[in-house]
Amino acid sequence: MSLANVLFVDDEVPFVEAMTKRLTRRDLQIIPAHSGDEALKKLKEHAGVEVVILDVKMPGMDGIETLQEIKRQFPLVEVIMLTGHATVESAIDGMKIGAFDYLMKPAEIDTLVAKVTEAAAKKRQHEEKIMQARMKAITTRRA
Amino acid sequence: MPFDTIITRLFPEKLARDKHYRSLIRNMLLTIIIVSLVPMILVSSTLYLQFRHSYKEKVSDHLRELVQKHKQNIDNYLQERLTDIRLMTARYGFERLKEEELLQRNLDLLKEEYEKAFVDLGVVDAQGYQKAYAGPFKLADVYYGDAEWFKDVKQKDHVISDVFLGLRGLPHFIVAVRSEAGGREWILRATIDFVAFNALVQNIRIGETGFAYILNRKGKFQTTPLTQPISPAVIDSSEPPDIWKRMFAESDDVQVFLRKDRAGQEYVYVEAPLKNGEWLLVYQQRASDAFADLNRSFAVTTMIMALGSAAVIIMALALSRRMVMRIAKADEEKHLMDEKVIETGKLASIGELASGVAHEINNPVAIMVEEAGWIGDLLEEEEFQGSKNIEELRRSLAQIKIQGKRCKEITRKLLSFARKTSLSVQDIQINELIDEIVGISAQRAKYAMVEITTRLQEGLPPIRVSLSELQQVMLNLINNALDAMEKKGGKLTLSTRAENGFVVVDVADTGAGIPAANLHRIFDPFFTTKAVGKGTGLGLSICYGIIENMGGRIEVQSTVDVGTTMSVHIPSVESESPAEKPNDHREDNQA
Repeated sequence: MSLANVLFVDDEVPFVEAMTKRLTRRDLQIIPAHSGDEALKKLKEHAGVEVVILDVKMPGMDGIETLQEIKRQFPLVEVIMLTGHATVESAIDGMKIGAFDYLMKPAEIDTLVAKVTEAAAKKRQHEEKIMQARMKAITTRRA
Repeated sequence: MPFDTIITRLFPEKLARDKHYRSLIRNMLLTIIIVSLVPMILVSSTLYLQFRHSYKEKVSDHLRELVQKHKQNIDNYLQERLTDIRLMTARYGFERLKEEELLQRNLDLLKEEYEKAFVDLGVVDAQGYQKAYAGPFKLADVYYGDAEWFKDVKQKDHVISDVFLGLRGLPHFIVAVRSEAGGREWILRATIDFVAFNALVQNIRIGETGFAYILNRKGKFQTTPLTQPISPAVIDSSEPPDIWKRMFAESDDVQVFLRKDRAGQEYVYVEAPLKNGEWLLVYQQRASDAFADLNRSFAVTTMIMALGSAAVIIMALALSRRMVMRIAKADEEKHLMDEKVIETGKLASIGELASGVAHEINNPVAIMVEEAGWIGDLLEEEEFQGSKNIEELRRSLAQIKIQGKRCKEITRKLLSFARKTSLSVQDIQINELIDEIVGISAQRAKYAMVEITTRLQEGLPPIRVSLSELQQVMLNLINNALDAMEKKGGKLTLSTRAENGFVVVDVADTGAGIPAANLHRIFDPFFTTKAVGKGTGLGLSICYGIIENMGGRIEVQSTVDVGTTMSVHIPSVESESPAEKPNDHREDNQA
């Protein structure tokens, strides 16, 4: 079983390919996407996505807009921003909107894996809590 | 050249040597002097010339009138003497006047009436023999047949002779009247006292050098000029100036003119004809005396002009000195400003370029690093284990990763340098920041054998900047200083102070210093003197960009082998900075 289901979004195709291969090797389930639109589409198709690794600078819908949309449609999915140096401010803005964390490109692969695992754990924890709350509500009603 | 000497003495050497400023000074001086002096000279000269003309006219008119009156006096005097003799002739006749007693009585009467005008009286017959005589000399029966006056009186009925010495050997002249008695001609003659007549003529004296005399048609003096003694010899031998000989024939009126004598002395001459044009009354005065007032006013005017000119020249020098020095200062400031503008513009355009390069290079580098990582991942597969070159491949991949990181570092710094927007700003107490950074650097300083000293002024106003940026700047400056002292060790002094609304941090080291040739390049991106791989040459460019963004500036002072001081000026939050209190410095030493 994989450590986490990850949607990897970056407009640089070779980068996505290399990262996919490397992260897959480290037991992550990677779904590649190359734009904000594609990312949203893939999220709808693959309900099991836990973490999105999102490039900040992309043509068309950029990272921040995509993040806003993801958080609106899939509030439980955790997003890690991936950025070049020029967009550190944007990444910080992203954190304010609700991103889990941000990493600088090129990132240490192990750091990235650690962050993803952490984010996935948070998401699961989150879901767990929600589940517990629901169960509690049901049992209370029955009682 | 005197102009050069004046400029060298009055102006700072730097200006006096510069061709541009020299010509500026020269033009300014000439313009001021010409514009001021020319109108002054023109107005003064015109006024003076007008005044001189009027004044000379006035003096001439005055002299003309004076001489005219004097001429009338003399003419009257001579006419009266002639009338006296004529009356006597008509009243007494030849026979009675032959009586010497009557003649003597008449002489006494005349002397009484006219004091010393008459010297003697004589009655002369047609042949020229003196028939009767009254007077102080023994002249009875004297023969006058050959005398000039006798010849003249035989032709006219009366005569006033020229002055001559005659038998008595004293200067005198004769007034004679011819009459007829019983078909016989006879003559009554009187001798007029020369001294009295001379005194009458000379009775016109103006100024110090004015005097009058009489000349006859032959140009001989009839009275003694004042400058010579009354002596027959002199009168007889003195030759009058040539001009009088000419003047005789020319005019009946009083004339005024100027002439120079042989010694070059100028005189005013006024001449008037006497005795129906037989004599000429001449009045003579030195021009300098006659026009003394004019000369005095000329001297005063000249002095005022000279003083005025001197004042104008001094003012022109002072004014041009002041103006040229101001212009030189403005030029210098402009020059500095230009340099700064060029430097700022250069750094700004380099910043834009750097930003573009950094963006574009970052993604490819990331891909390269990740691909290398992927190869590394693959090499871990079993099939490659024990392969011949596996170690070499791993080393090579490690090198790619290292160089990728290096690229990452460079792009990061490039972007920091180019960054236009500042990060979140906050009020910062600079002293606290310095303390923190000294703490961070302490370990490195220890290895570099550098002693860090802080001199922090208490009560500095806060500054409103991005903390991380300022940390970056201070760390960079400290690291540079430590690098400069790495070989020999030394002292690093960090001091803070308030200055004109700025908080200033001085980072002073005792390192190798920066050669003057490099001093203006140290803020240029990629300029470094460190070994390849040790420095990117971006540190100070970034610091420059950050501090400029904060509205501050970085200044550098450096002496080779003595050390370098970097001064960072950051605007303080308070508009008014507190007065500097050097005694408030607290000192800390940290090894």
